[in-house]
Amino acid sequence: MEWLLNKIQGEKTFRLSFTYQQQKKWLGLFFSLPALVLLFTFLILPVGLAFVYSFMEYNMLNPAGKTFTGLSNYARLFQDAIFFTALKNTLYFSVLVVPLQCAVALGLAILVNKKVKTAVIGRVFFFSPVVTSMVVVAILWTFLYNVDSGLINSGLNFFGIPDQPFLLSEGQAMNSIIFMSVWQGAGFQMMIFLAGLKDVPETLYEAADIDGANAWQKFMNVTLPSLKNVTGFVLMITTIQAFRLFIQPYVMTNGGPSDSTKTLVFMLYENGFQFRDVGYSSAIAVVFFLVVLTVSLILKKVLNQ
Amino acid sequence: MSRTWKKRFYKIGLSLSILLLGLLFISPLLWMIIASVKPETLIFKDMGIQSFLPKQATFDNYLAILFTDSVNFLKYMWNSLFSVGMIVLLGTVVNSLCAYALVKLKFPGSGFILVVIIALYVVPFESVLIPLYVVVNSFGWINEFPSLIVPFIAEAFSIFLFIQFFKGIPNELEEAAQIDGANPLQVFWKIVVPNSKPVFATAAILSFVTHWSDFMWPLIVATDDSIRTVQVGIQYLFTDNNIEYGQIMAALTLTTIPVVLIFIFFQRYYVQGITSSGVKG
Repeated sequence: MEWLLNKIQGEKTFRLSFTYQQQKKWLGLFFSLPALVLLFTFLILPVGLAFVYSFMEYNMLNPAGKTFTGLSNYARLFQDAIFFTALKNTLYFSVLVVPLQCAVALGLAILVNKKVKTAVIGRVFFFSPVVTSMVVVAILWTFLYNVDSGLINSGLNFFGIPDQPFLLSEGQAMNSIIFMSVWQGAGFQMMIFLAGLKDVPETLYEAADIDGANAWQKFMNVTLPSLKNVTGFVLMITTIQAFRLFIQPYVMTNGGPSDSTKTLVFMLYENGFQFRDVGYSSAIAVVFFLVVLTVSLILKKVLNQ
Repeated sequence: MSRTWKKRFYKIGLSLSILLLGLLFISPLLWMIIASVKPETLIFKDMGIQSFLPKQATFDNYLAILFTDSVNFLKYMWNSLFSVGMIVLLGTVVNSLCAYALVKLKFPGSGFILVVIIALYVVPFESVLIPLYVVVNSFGWINEFPSLIVPFIAEAFSIFLFIQFFKGIPNELEEAAQIDGANPLQVFWKIVVPNSKPVFATAAILSFVTHWSDFMWPLIVATDDSIRTVQVGIQYLFTDNNIEYGQIMAALTLTTIPVVLIFIFFQRYYVQGITSSGVKG
């Protein structure tokens, strides 16, 4: 009797799971289809098109005149002085912003990880610029950086420092953008570091205490090594983010003065949507992609060592 | 001095420095909010510490920005809320279903698709900007809402986030439902979704916050005032010769409010989204 019951039960499960397996196959494809179609149309296809267009003479104002011209867009790019300025500016921004922002973020994370009452307020305050969008922040700081009526110059005057031109000067514009970007973004990385700090075992600090280590030694020998993976990750995302610099120069300086804040993405935008030059702009896009890819691969290699 | 006193002083010093540094950090935002409730004439007259004191608070700037007929700020806000809301709504459905299919309903080719999706994650959006414009243009979507919504529904990172979570759901749970005669869609809806609320919240919030601050794409596809989003629209509040700073500050403050609300009410998931974005490297 029991044997029979088991047999029926077994068959029932078998039959059901068999049809379920079949359903799974079809439904699996069916469920993933919307996402796959969308990803193909709006991501994979455009990636392919970027490569194709980069070998073409193609202007949106004259779509009929589309022709393949081989490497001419790339040849033009590597003779374009603005391209090298943009590349230099992008690198300059990244080289300064990445270590600064990560260091500030780590410092803030350590500070608000302390067990004091104001730590929670600190977390909220340091994070609040992240909540504010980059456009909002860029407009706000354009006023703050204003030469005559800006709050920053009035603050500097208080300490006896004369008015600075900030965004209006070729020498200071990019640095002003860097300063603001660090302020806006550090809270983001702070949160990631904070999550990493929570995972550092308390016993390691206790052991260091017993060894008589001071705060700096604890930071160098316990905190930093424990945060190795987190730091690597933070460096990676901050670098990629830095290379994409666009909103700040677009809103604050329009790439100026005299191209001193023109970046690769700014140049890509300008050629694509102001001059409507799809071909040339696509070549910039491809080069931009390769630069970002190369930098992240190098960074990954260095960090893994 | 005894050890406990030393420790107490250290703690007080630390608390105060965090507070002071924090105040310095938010002072630009504080100034923005305070200037937004000041009469126009006082904004740049008050300098130094005075600029942080609203002696004559007024909501005129807010009323002006919201209810002046020639200012389309409310329209911009609505356009942003609508398009981002649609991205979040459709995105969570499409991406979670896709992730579920890839993890739990393994079908021929699902492994390959998974690899492709992860690989897509390295493509910076800027490098597909122009061809994407060409594609969207060929659909006739320029200055139409689909251009702001449809390209961002499916998102590799979101799928990845769901996959990570769904992997942790024990198969026994689903098998039990299968034996009860549920089909895969019912299993997804009745077993997987109720057990995955945190990842849905995280994915939705991350998507909202990201797309709320989108700028470059709306700048090029939404050039018409009727579908302009708020991040682009606030630029148009001060292109006139007569700049009303108080109103601009009010607009900047209002633009920030949706994300502030999310931060206040869904802080845990928001922060989780940020830290989980750490896995993406």
